[in-house]
Amino acid sequence: MTGLIDDFLPALMDPDRPVPQGLQDGTGRPAGRRFNVYRNNVTASLIAALEQGFPAVSKLLGAQNFTGLARAYQQDNPPRSQLMMHYGEDFPAFLEATPQLAHLGYLGDVARLELALRRSYHAADSTPLDPAALAAIAPEDLAATSVTLAPAIEVIPSPWPLHAIWTYTMIPGIPKPPPQPQDVLITRPDFDPVAHPMPKGGAAFVAALREGATLGAAHEAGIARNDSFDPAPILGLLLAGAAITGARQG
Amino acid sequence: MTTAPQQTRTLPAAAGIGYKPQHYSDIIADARPVQWLEIHAENYMGDGGRPLAQLRHLADRFPISVHGVGLSIGGEGPLDRDHLARLKQLCDWLQPASFSEHLAWSSHDSAFLNDLLPLPYTDATIARLADHIDQVQDKLGRRMLLENPSSYLAFAESTWAEPDVLRELTRRTGCGLLLDVNNVFVSATNLGFDPRAYVDAFPLDAVGEIHLGGHDTDEDDHGAPLLIDSHGAAIADPVWTLLDHVLARSGPRPVLVEWDNDVPDWPVLAAEAQRAAEALAKLRPALRAAS
Repeated sequence: MTGLIDDFLPALMDPDRPVPQGLQDGTGRPAGRRFNVYRNNVTASLIAALEQGFPAVSKLLGAQNFTGLARAYQQDNPPRSQLMMHYGEDFPAFLEATPQLAHLGYLGDVARLELALRRSYHAADSTPLDPAALAAIAPEDLAATSVTLAPAIEVIPSPWPLHAIWTYTMIPGIPKPPPQPQDVLITRPDFDPVAHPMPKGGAAFVAALREGATLGAAHEAGIARNDSFDPAPILGLLLAGAAITGARQG
Repeated sequence: MTTAPQQTRTLPAAAGIGYKPQHYSDIIADARPVQWLEIHAENYMGDGGRPLAQLRHLADRFPISVHGVGLSIGGEGPLDRDHLARLKQLCDWLQPASFSEHLAWSSHDSAFLNDLLPLPYTDATIARLADHIDQVQDKLGRRMLLENPSSYLAFAESTWAEPDVLRELTRRTGCGLLLDVNNVFVSATNLGFDPRAYVDAFPLDAVGEIHLGGHDTDEDDHGAPLLIDSHGAAIADPVWTLLDHVLARSGPRPVLVEWDNDVPDWPVLAAEAQRAAEALAKLRPALRAAS
């Protein structure tokens, strides 16, 4: 008797295992390579999902190298959820733990950026706060104000010029990345996520806001990582990106 | 989620297509001859954004069939309660004209394999499937359709023929069936049975929807043809012929064209749907003559 889980599943995930007993063609001969149709379907669909989900990583590595890495990744990391839109949660860590990729230190953060773009795309809709409501707050009260951010907001801190690497990879004719590190902010003004570069400290600032910190405390969180951190341009990005959905004092 | 669309209670006995977002503008501009759409449930389980906004617009204009590909109804373990809750949330919001899933398994514990995997046809499998279908229908508060698989191999331990398994499941659970005519042709070729005899043994009264799709051609270890259910090509001529055989016996049914990989431009897909519409139209004189 063929147990689906004891026999079928391990052989499905490991092409070096023999085809399980009790599987046959229409005349009773052993199934042989017919079993490989299922192996190939699983492997090909998971590799395709990774290629679709990580286009920048694929471009940076070249399609052939990417396929080899994706094949290795999916064998040990099958999806944990039926929601394939989020598949590859552990791919950044996998890339960083692959010795042959050690010279491409930024790959993991590029993969994190691509995961965040997908999360943002599928995040809940929200209604932005009327900018007049923020403008009405007296300047001396701003530091004690906390804001609610849209669910589609994502931040990725990075020691690499992450935004520039990503745009250089994905958009033809973009200048080569500068050497300065960049955090990345993702906003979703309507349905399409937009990635913005932020100076060092930006991710800490936005993450603090998301956790409910006041603007003053979030500013401090940014300064802790960057002495010259200025929150004003990032607040501008959040406002323009329909990302502030509420504000309250204290 | 956004406001709920108004859906009809049933799919029309007309041509539908598996919806792909790249065809959104074409469909809104002029969907003819397509009269209804099918979506894969799992692609609409995000929290918001464009997928759900598009779906709401489409659902205002077309009957929608929600087709699950991830519930693993044939799995050896219990149904994934989180996933069933997500299906319920989607169906409660959308109120689709139909919900369907597969005679297959695709998950075990925390691993989801993203493929429809085969089952031995035994008393134990039937009991487990019936239990899981009951749970789905109870949770969703609606009758579901169960789809016949495409098979590349058989289990030595099977004691039931596939049409009999499906008939028994409709008897035990009251579920309906989704007859995939391409899957019948693929399985018949791969396992060496007569596809017409399969159709003649199939409980056609329970069929609430018909699927058509393209397949690829390979060979097994002995040089015998091995068809792969790829959904990545035009529907093969023998599958159209088999559709005529089905419709002549079942009468008009909702007929769906599935094209999930190497998705063509809209006119190519619309032409396939037109051929399905013509297969349905051919029935009308026969029906008139019979009345």
